[in-house]
Amino acid sequence: MGNKTLRSFLLPTLALIAFIGVWQAICEIFQIDTFTIPSPWDIAGTMYEDSALLAKHALATMNLALIGLGLGLVFGLVVAVILHLVLPLREALAPFLILSQNVPLIALGPLLMIWFGFGITPKLILLVLVCFFPITLSVLVGLGQAEPQLREYLGMIGASKWERLRRLEFPASLTYLFSGLKIAATYVVSSAIVAEWLGANMGIGYYLNFKWKGFDQPAVFASIVCVIALSLLFYYAVVLAERLVVRWKPRPQGDWKGAST
Amino acid sequence: MNGYSGHSGLGSALELKGITKAYRRGKDRIPVLNDISLRVSAGEFVTLLGPSGSGKSTLFRLIGGVERPDSGRIFIEGKDTTGQRGLISYMPQQAALFPWLSVADNISSALMTAGTSKKEAKEQAAEWLERIRLGGVAKEYPHVLSGGMQQRVSFLRALLMRRDIMCLDEPFAALDALTRADMQRWLLELWEADRRSVLFVTHSIEEALLLSDRIYVLSPAPATVLSEIVVPFERPRRASVWTDPSFVELKLEVLRLLEQGK
Repeated sequence: MGNKTLRSFLLPTLALIAFIGVWQAICEIFQIDTFTIPSPWDIAGTMYEDSALLAKHALATMNLALIGLGLGLVFGLVVAVILHLVLPLREALAPFLILSQNVPLIALGPLLMIWFGFGITPKLILLVLVCFFPITLSVLVGLGQAEPQLREYLGMIGASKWERLRRLEFPASLTYLFSGLKIAATYVVSSAIVAEWLGANMGIGYYLNFKWKGFDQPAVFASIVCVIALSLLFYYAVVLAERLVVRWKPRPQGDWKGAST
Repeated sequence: MNGYSGHSGLGSALELKGITKAYRRGKDRIPVLNDISLRVSAGEFVTLLGPSGSGKSTLFRLIGGVERPDSGRIFIEGKDTTGQRGLISYMPQQAALFPWLSVADNISSALMTAGTSKKEAKEQAAEWLERIRLGGVAKEYPHVLSGGMQQRVSFLRALLMRRDIMCLDEPFAALDALTRADMQRWLLELWEADRRSVLFVTHSIEEALLLSDRIYVLSPAPATVLSEIVVPFERPRRASVWTDPSFVELKLEVLRLLEQGK
């Protein structure tokens, strides 16, 4: 078990180091100029020089993404519970749920800015729209998946619909909620970047837009590094939260990485 | 005295009168219960004995009010409660403990559903778990418990709900033979110390004879009451009763009844 944990940490780290090494080597050997593909070393240099600025913008993005994810979680949960309790509504709104994900952010973003101005509101609406969907969908499945024996038991002792939701369906859907939340957490940062790109005076998206227009490729890559770091941070925060909340289960041994072996 | 009296007299915890139920499958109407009448007196342990698939669980769903009979009435404590829920306590075949609640919370939250205050529910759960020597696992999640221990918790949960009738639906069917015998002795001891009105379902003749005051023998579906048997063995009953010659005789008689009912 300890060996396995070490491996699951060591192997990806080695792979990452190898990836960066190969990248650096290719840039050196083929003399690729910074303007086309900056080497990891150039990116690191830019990040060091710009560290104060990057930190400020990263913090702004993290703030935006965190509020967006929080609101998306609440909204996603509320929608899931309502759709679970009211069957006709579920049937009526199912297409709209899908539809809400088909409108491209870069089409919707500018419209929202026309309606709500350049403040935080249109950005949050955008993020909620991105985050609520995986949460609603997974929780909706989870609420319906509660063990039939427990459902039968509660029926036999005369528990109300509300009690059934509170005592059975909601706790049973928590693992589903967390899988939805993991997806939302993974997407929320890059969505925040898009929102900032469309119009903001702060955040990694703003920094990226600014540097991209100035053909500063190492800074563009520096933004990408920040986005990846933030996304990983969000993802693992959710994983940690799940471990703290869902304590009644023996930890699952194989996850998706082990699924094919 | 113990026999079916034909009207809902005093001291009857549960009474079924002419219960009939059929399910629809496509165009077909499949009868499950056919004119079932039975009675559990206050403080009596009554068993429904019948082959698997004889509609015993359907009967429980009707008593629990989860479904309604096509015809017939259900009385609890003399009142017509047909189709009413929340009047019985229930122990299913699978322990049906909530995996995210500790053993103690599984019991106390069921008591709270039955209207007990939170404080009192917690106190009772802790006290009784201690009494049945499961105090050590009160704070554990149910999945660490063995099947037999889970059923003890499940039984305690039903016992403490303090409703007029306890319905136990083949509670030991999923256990291995040794654990099962152990659980029967345990249940007998606990019940004889606190005589609640119990309706017990099983397809084991020995189990029925060992535990009950009276047995209703059911036919295969559509179930009808083939016979009503008063179990003569004295209480407190010892588990060794099953080696008694009269026990074996009675067992053969029930077996014959079940054979004839086919």
